[in-house]
Amino acid sequence: MNFTSLLQEKRLTILLSGDIDHHAAKEIMESVSAKIRVYLPQICELDFSGVTFMDSSGIALVIHALRGMNQLGGTLRLTNVPPQPRKVLLASGIQKLVPLNQERSPA
Amino acid sequence: MKHENEAVIRFPSLSSNEAFARSVTAAFAAQMDPTLEELGDLKTAVSEAVTNAIVHAYPDRIGPVVLRLRRLAGNVLEITVKDTGVGIPDVAQARQPMFTTGGAERSGMGLTIMESFMNSLTLRSQPGRGTTVRMRKKLIGRGETACKP
Repeated sequence: MNFTSLLQEKRLTILLSGDIDHHAAKEIMESVSAKIRVYLPQICELDFSGVTFMDSSGIALVIHALRGMNQLGGTLRLTNVPPQPRKVLLASGIQKLVPLNQERSPA
Repeated sequence: MKHENEAVIRFPSLSSNEAFARSVTAAFAAQMDPTLEELGDLKTAVSEAVTNAIVHAYPDRIGPVVLRLRRLAGNVLEITVKDTGVGIPDVAQARQPMFTTGGAERSGMGLTIMESFMNSLTLRSQPGRGTTVRMRKKLIGRGETACKP
């Protein structure tokens, strides 16, 4: 899976899209890890604005990306998380490790 | 429990059927006038249950998964996901958050999420015979105001 990503002064933004479920997770995870390895960012931003559905596979994806960024001594950010993926992330307690910042204003 | 409507779908444990199971559940639930948030909860719970059957029940082969959707009295939706796979040797352990026998792409949060997104969850499993997970959720729905222009 090839997601659009932007690199700006050591800040990597990856625009996630579609359904993040078990069927798609492995490919998404590998794609995100590869981008982190190639660009070695200080900040990695996972932008969820294009995500149409997410289950617990997305939690594994975030944990995986977090490990990658911790190894680099960098920071992971989750941005523009729509309500359904947000609810899944909050149920997992992951916000204690990665803040869900840059909230989308409620519709 | 007596039901007002029912759909039973049987499909092989292919991961591409995760999205199918979510769509079928959303389509069945539409008659109960759910809110967008309730619909998201139902899709998430069914996605977790079907993924468990695909990943854990049949680790080395493709096997049958049966999804049963029932509309019960009081606008309650019951979702049952049944497999005839390997079963769970220790159900109490499987229900622990973060516990998983899956690979790096699993978080071990599936059952925790099903429990928190639905009102009730029953898990029955027999090693060598299979697993059945039954979940219920009362839908408050959008009410009459949603129909006004």
